Amino acid sequence: MDNNAGHNRFVFTRDSLKKKFRLSEFLSEKIITGVAFLSIAIIVLIFFFVFRETLPIFHQKKEAAKVENVVKPEKYGSDANAGKTNSSGQEQYGVTTKDTMMIENKTPAEDTVVHGSDEATLKSLAGTQWLPVSDRPRYGLIPLFVGTLKITLIAMLFAAPIAILAALFSAAFAPYWLRELLKPAIELLAGFPSVVIGFFALMVMATFFQNIFGYDGRLNAFVGGVAMALAAIPIIFTITEDALTAIPHTYTEASLALGATRWQTALFVTLPAATPGIFAAILLGIGRVFGETMIALMATGNAALSSINPFESVRTLAATIGAEMAEVVFGDTHYSVLFLIGSMLFVFTFSLNALAEFYVKGKLVKRFQGKQS
Amino acid sequence: MSRKRDITGGLFIGVTAFSALLIIAVIVILLVVIIIGGKGTFSWEFLTSFPQDGMMKGGIFPAIYGTVFLVLIMSIAAVPFGTITAIYLTEYASEKSILAQSIRFAVRTLATVPSIIFGLFGLGFFIKFVGGGMDNLFLGGQLKWGQPSILWASLTMALLTLPVVIVSVEEAIRTVPREMREASLALGATKWETILRIVLPGSRSGIMTGTILAVSRGAGEVAPILFTGAAYYLATLPTSLSDQFMNLGYHIYIMATQSANVDKTLPIQFATTMVLLLLTFTLNLTAVIIRARLRRKTK
Repeated sequence: MDNNAGHNRFVFTRDSLKKKFRLSEFLSEKIITGVAFLSIAIIVLIFFFVFRETLPIFHQKKEAAKVENVVKPEKYGSDANAGKTNSSGQEQYGVTTKDTMMIENKTPAEDTVVHGSDEATLKSLAGTQWLPVSDRPRYGLIPLFVGTLKITLIAMLFAAPIAILAALFSAAFAPYWLRELLKPAIELLAGFPSVVIGFFALMVMATFFQNIFGYDGRLNAFVGGVAMALAAIPIIFTITEDALTAIPHTYTEASLALGATRWQTALFVTLPAATPGIFAAILLGIGRVFGETMIALMATGNAALSSINPFESVRTLAATIGAEMAEVVFGDTHYSVLFLIGSMLFVFTFSLNALAEFYVKGKLVKRFQGKQS
Repeated sequence: MSRKRDITGGLFIGVTAFSALLIIAVIVILLVVIIIGGKGTFSWEFLTSFPQDGMMKGGIFPAIYGTVFLVLIMSIAAVPFGTITAIYLTEYASEKSILAQSIRFAVRTLATVPSIIFGLFGLGFFIKFVGGGMDNLFLGGQLKWGQPSILWASLTMALLTLPVVIVSVEEAIRTVPREMREASLALGATKWETILRIVLPGSRSGIMTGTILAVSRGAGEVAPILFTGAAYYLATLPTSLSDQFMNLGYHIYIMATQSANVDKTLPIQFATTMVLLLLTFTLNLTAVIIRARLRRKTK
């Protein structure tokens, strides 16, 4: 159709007014569309390549049988232990090393039951011990999950109320000039590199909290959680603030006209109307804390313990990847397990984001439209 | 009755104001503590000299150099791609098409994926798949590209900062008035010419903000480069794309957690943190100011 357009050049007919085919236009449009596809492609590629590296865990059963014949059972002499302690001492803190050794000494009986074979790897994923760098590696993910959940909970307990209240202040009460100051300030907080927050937590906050609470381990889930709250606050604040200001003026005006005061309107009308948005904000905040690596690496002590005590050291999923990936042998079981942790993190944050995006936004739009009409 | 209401109301407003104040206070405390801790060691020499005595003394020049190098290659990769995606989303795609919506969703997902996942992806895709493949294809299996290097670290970082660029460029493109586009089209310019001559120049400030924000993000992130190219200590500066490099954030992390004598190097650590913090802070502040101006203009 486009090719017929050029026949009658000086008479405007229906045909001549049609868009001409131009190669440059065509190419530019196709190239731009192609590049735009890149973001989707990246997501798919991340999915594919992070998963691909985990596959060996599920394929190794046959090879494991062969390997087992070659590798002779290692002895647990003092030499082996010393070597292990040194290598783990490099990446972990004093507390960890002690704990690792304690656990190691406690469970010599188990050694003969599950030795070395990779078939055991799959089973040990559900275990309670994370000891990848030992003569008999165990990849129990439970302490890592417990640690991550604990720190997420602590971080959200601090971040969510503070950020939501501050957003309410900014949206409902603050004078114009203060709001124009508050929003960029929090944007700047969002721009603080997490390594800087981690350093601040490690050097300043850890000592400060230790003086207040008087616990033993300087670095623990509490310090890490508070530091992570600093990283989560900007996200929760920004999205909550957007949700609060997006509420139709008619809502607040109706409330004020009925005789409610400003704070009553804010608390009983504006805030409930924005709940889906606030929910989304909290979800994204959780996603941020869940995947945060540097703060966890620097401020939590990194011992894989599964206790509920907030003042004990924890090791999060993300921090485990960050700390161990650099020292691992490519293609090793340990390597694959770290990628498995990575894929779980990815799937988790992906679903959180999808939930926040579709469920919450749909609900918010429906609510406003349904009530307005 | 009304008095009681006033008290609860005042209390409630007070609590919200206190929360807002708390956040500001934390920002100020963080800045002040880091600056006070680092001020003593900070000097021109600190910025321009190499580490000495196993990092106990000396400066951080290689770390600064590596960070700048990283950020430069990252911008070269991220800014054009981000800008083109933003153009597609605003100029070509219709708002309701499934394609545009899925691209938007992908961009937002990219923005929320934990940075350590990008590191894993960089290792699995860039280093092992692309790099290893290049080695096998061109160098006959000789190891050159299939190992951590500044190129792979920069490209990994570019993926991480892509959403930052897309979002700010898109915002800026939307500020170009529709009348300008229509005038250009009415004068006989094609769509591509309009984009090139009208839309892009009109959104220059947005592209600039996007670049600045991406640079600041890329300079501060450490997790993606942990195993894609950052090195603990290098005696020489990286000269080619296949070299490893030192990085400010990584330097802080290593010095604070893994150096032999943490207490002795504390002033250096604070000074390094101060440099990184002030660098990202200044960049972000610039972006905030440009953006505020842009928003005022459109109002």
